[in-house]
Amino acid sequence: MAQARTIAPAAKVDAELARRLLSQMLLIRRFEERAAEMYALGKIGGFLHLYIGEEAVGVGATSTLRPDDYAISAYREHGHCLAKGADPRRMMAELFGRRDGLSKGKGGSMHLFDKSKNFLGGHAIVGAHLPLAAGAAFAIKYQGGDQVVLCYFGDGAVPQGEFHEAMNLAALWKLPVVYVCENNRYAMGTAIHRALAQTEIWRYAEMYGMAGDAVDGMDVLAVREVVGRAVERCRREQAPTLIEARTYRFRGHSMRDPSAAVYRTKEEVEREKERDPIRLFRARCLKDGTLTEAEVRTIEKEMNDLVDEAVTFADASPEPPLEWLTEDVYKE
Amino acid sequence: MTYREALNLALREEMRRDPRVFLIGEEIGLYDGAYKVTQGLLKEFGDRRVVDTPICESGFTGVAVGAAMLGLRPVVEMMTFNFAILALDQIVNSAAKLYYMSGGQYNVPMVIRGPGGPAHQLAAQHSQSMEVYFYHVPGLKVVRPSTPRDAKGLLKSAIRDDNPVIFIESETLYGIKGEVPDDPEFTIPLGQAEIRREGTDVTVFAYMGMMYRALEVAEELAKEGISCEVVDPRTLRPMDIGTMIGSVRKTHRVVVVEAGAGFAGMGSEIAAFVTESAFDDLDAPVERVTGANAPMPYAKNLEQAKTPSKEKIMAAIRRVCNA
Ligand SMILES: Cc1ncc(C[n+]2csc(CCOP(=O)(O)OP(=O)(O)O)c2C)c(N)n1
Ligand SMILES: [Mg+2]
Repeated sequence: MAQARTIAPAAKVDAELARRLLSQMLLIRRFEERAAEMYALGKIGGFLHLYIGEEAVGVGATSTLRPDDYAISAYREHGHCLAKGADPRRMMAELFGRRDGLSKGKGGSMHLFDKSKNFLGGHAIVGAHLPLAAGAAFAIKYQGGDQVVLCYFGDGAVPQGEFHEAMNLAALWKLPVVYVCENNRYAMGTAIHRALAQTEIWRYAEMYGMAGDAVDGMDVLAVREVVGRAVERCRREQAPTLIEARTYRFRGHSMRDPSAAVYRTKEEVEREKERDPIRLFRARCLKDGTLTEAEVRTIEKEMNDLVDEAVTFADASPEPPLEWLTEDVYKE
Repeated sequence: MTYREALNLALREEMRRDPRVFLIGEEIGLYDGAYKVTQGLLKEFGDRRVVDTPICESGFTGVAVGAAMLGLRPVVEMMTFNFAILALDQIVNSAAKLYYMSGGQYNVPMVIRGPGGPAHQLAAQHSQSMEVYFYHVPGLKVVRPSTPRDAKGLLKSAIRDDNPVIFIESETLYGIKGEVPDDPEFTIPLGQAEIRREGTDVTVFAYMGMMYRALEVAEELAKEGISCEVVDPRTLRPMDIGTMIGSVRKTHRVVVVEAGAGFAGMGSEIAAFVTESAFDDLDAPVERVTGANAPMPYAKNLEQAKTPSKEKIMAAIRRVCNA
């Protein structure tokens, strides 16, 4: 494998930025941990895919966007939606299937949308949202805007035809979209080398004549730098980029795969957990004096409180009324 | 004006009226359209609004959905609807679902149009009635316009609609002529059936080529003293149940004619809702005259046998009238 880009350990981080990045990663981590608890209690049903271990990608990437930029994702999207600024209370209410959920309880964990934050959703057909991202970028260009679209997807989408159709169209039409592949090395139980003839995903960019890059997805600053560069180029030249962020999911594919033990070893998981993106970033900030222990503890407490509030809010929100069943099918 | 010209005019008028409307599809610009429906539009509107695509139905349909989420109003051309199945996921799982899944935040105002239905000796993959794949899906509207006037009026309504609309034309009808209003504000609302011929003894439901065949049959049966009312649903979803049941209440007999294979086809649905809402009005069981339950063959004689003939339609009408 080619070396993924990392950040020189010496570079000093701005304190305000460090606080923001750490807060968001902790918010996502805590949100996901509580969601898992709520799933065990039966408050959340269906499929629940946790983002634990991958927080640095969504947080680092989103930190390079303007509020009027767009983001779109697959079904493991809680982190992307939180990073884009959605209200954790309404997100949790959506997971609970309640009326105050972002999608009025009709979407669930896999279909979070927040139009007020330009978050284009939560799509659960692997590969299908990649053309949608190109379409959003097409609309931006059509309207003469300078926003960009950030599209997250898994390594499992790469063998899918729509990945290749979207890459080709984005490059052919020079659309302002940055494709960020979250390569966590597995699509459910299928390891990447069992799925792809070319496992270095960033190399597909070359084929389509677009810029491509690989980055250590456990390093929030590295993600920020690589995605930031792509976003700036995208805004300036309306040229797409494909970025492969190398990351790892610490939990099973979904809550129905609790042990995740058939297709990967315990040792591998433990080894990867050593590279916990939050632990790494916290250690770094403490080491170079960007943040103090006390500040970190305060942030942790604040994020825990936000998530507690989200759970309380979701639990108090009523079920959607039955009339809603047949509403929002057609726009009048 | 021909049916083809009516479609072209509808596109032209709507593009002039609304800068958010753009066309996207294979060979629609430089080549002027595989069936020339988009002829001259590249010249008038340029390649920003008439977008030629490579062959990737799923990809460019997905692009249209994404663009519609941001407020544009794409009109996607399927070179023929047979190829729309490659985009079925984008149509069914994205376009039809986003408004609902997002709790009403993102609607998808787009039209997917192109020719479908039986053509001339194009064989199994290029000559099929595709509407069945779409009208089952909540969130989609489905239109089958039989006349030049309908082609124009319904396409304009489809483009102005805030939902994904499947608009299936017909290769065999592109050349037919008819009166078409040239008022740019002329539209026909989606969801309105049209009584093509008034009658008192039997209601025949049919659209597209089968509608014309039903009219010929009605003409001949009139000589025998059987008075057929021919009703064209025009929009298959939402269906104008009011008008259709109204006709059944008048004639008490129903024959549905459809070109596609009969199993779980449009006739099945019409038979079901007629039975549910007008059972007591019926003097005979609903009859379906449908395409054979086989793929479309190439050989001319077999091809002819595949779609409902005048004789078969006539026989069905006589049967319900004698019941
Ligand atoms: C088209 C399609 N096929 C199969 C599935 C079932 N499925 C859901 S997630 C998944 C694995 C996808 O893995 P990846 O893209 O790497 O994302 P990750 O779960 O690792 O984040 C599969 C096979 C699906 N949702 N869509
Ligand atoms: Mg994966």
